[in-house]
Amino acid sequence: MEFGNYKEVLCARATDSKIQEVSQDGGIVTALFSYALEEGIIEGAVVAGPSDEPWVPKPVIAMSKEDLIDAAGTKYTHSPNVWALKEAVRQYGLEKVGTVGTPCQIMGIRKMQVYPFSTRFVADKLKLLIGIFCMENFPFASLETFVEEKMKVNMDDVTKMDIGKGKFFAYTGEEDNKIPLKQTHGYEQASCNVCPDYVAELADVSTGSVGTPDGWSTVFTRTDDGDSIFKAAVDAGVIETKPMDENVKPGLGLLSKLSKGKKDKNKKEAERRIKMGLPIPAGFDNFYKY
Amino acid sequence: MFEKLKKSFGKSETKPVESEVKYEEGQVSVKPTNKPKIGYIHVSGCTGDVMSLTENYDILSTLLSDMVDIVYGQTLVDKWIHGTYAEEMPDMDLCFIEGSVCLQDEHSLIEVQEARKHSKLVAAFGSCAMNGCFTRFSRGGQQAQPKHESFVPLSDLIKVDLAIPGCPASPEIIAKSVVALINNDMDYLQPALDIANCNLACGCDLQTNVINKALCTGCGTCALACPTKAIDMIEGRPIINTNRCIKCGSCNVHCPRTWFPLDKIKKEFNL
Repeated sequence: MEFGNYKEVLCARATDSKIQEVSQDGGIVTALFSYALEEGIIEGAVVAGPSDEPWVPKPVIAMSKEDLIDAAGTKYTHSPNVWALKEAVRQYGLEKVGTVGTPCQIMGIRKMQVYPFSTRFVADKLKLLIGIFCMENFPFASLETFVEEKMKVNMDDVTKMDIGKGKFFAYTGEEDNKIPLKQTHGYEQASCNVCPDYVAELADVSTGSVGTPDGWSTVFTRTDDGDSIFKAAVDAGVIETKPMDENVKPGLGLLSKLSKGKKDKNKKEAERRIKMGLPIPAGFDNFYKY
Repeated sequence: MFEKLKKSFGKSETKPVESEVKYEEGQVSVKPTNKPKIGYIHVSGCTGDVMSLTENYDILSTLLSDMVDIVYGQTLVDKWIHGTYAEEMPDMDLCFIEGSVCLQDEHSLIEVQEARKHSKLVAAFGSCAMNGCFTRFSRGGQQAQPKHESFVPLSDLIKVDLAIPGCPASPEIIAKSVVALINNDMDYLQPALDIANCNLACGCDLQTNVINKALCTGCGTCALACPTKAIDMIEGRPIINTNRCIKCGSCNVHCPRTWFPLDKIKKEFNL
């Protein structure tokens, strides 16, 4: 299954207009963590918040809806949220923690939970892992190249970055600066080229843009906890959903194509590397299958 | 109980251990009718790993009284060679050895070699035993034994069957490993078997085995696992403060790009 195992897939968005204004897509991460905070399901969430430098994310331990709203929106470079879980558990003393991450980050956390060799009393504190779809990630210098060199736009002026419809966009308010996605190829980090996971198959809930119209998100609920928290948020009216049927465009077909495409391409790259005598993480071979 | 483990090492002369499985109200409880004999040896370690074992507050008394027999050891029971009770080392199903071994300390050398002879399985318990960890920095010249300078991980001296790294190994991994052993869940223990002779020791291994091999995604799990905050994440890559690194190997073991237990994750989280 190219989407991993899941309980339900839905088209969804946050109902709060404040969240809709700042969110990358449907605002699912912000809305779900806000709900979980309010309900005491979590006491804090490690999210990719703003740092002193524009478009450089920094893990932030969000303790309120305001903190979450400040962190909303995709930053197309690294935010080591997994690292900050330790701070959340130790320095902040949180007993119930949520975090959001790319598939590789969720993989690191899940491995730690199953084999917590040296992470005493961290694994049991993690109550909600939200995974985001991820085709690839970029070193920060790559983003600078796209925005400042290729589009001739100042990073400080960019209000939103987005990848979609075959293009990389950097919005500045006045005009939509864009480059074809082809021009970003070769700038992604090399480790992404063997990644077996597009839709965060191991998260409690995973969400992303592809499959649903602008302003909405595709959501997979996966674990029992993830499913029940998401459903409770829907029941509470924090998130609205539509069935993922033929009325939702572009629909699951495109998501399926992209997920299979990533797995196939990266499996091929893994095989190429193995032929050269380079290592691939033990256990990845099964992960490319669908 | 240890049959599968022994088979995986190509030996088959062990006696089968009987266990009684009870299903009560949907709960599965395994009570060995023939409890495994466990030993604990403390060589050049700090007792941190066995302290960590005792931090399994909820299950500790059940574990120690119902599930296993501790037949040898200084800290948990008063029985060790040249000690108060045991004139001779008893036979053990599993012997946990904490600490590295000082080559200039005759007693340590004898104890680990005897342990190998008397144990079906030897577990390197904690990073010092697995790969030397902090004792890799030892270089002698101190009172009262200036000659005590050379400390090696267990696998330099004896065959080690499995390793439970960490500085200390977490209470949870100790509990999970012991429960897996009792339930004969070899699948879960496979990674511990695979790293029994681990010689990857420090943050430098992340650089050479992960970053240099185009595998690092900057996820930050290594920095989470580091017990001394020697790892900083800079521009999406771990950077190692070698003056803080104590060579415990936790970063390398935890990295999802060294090995990845997909099936076990799916099983544990019902994914």
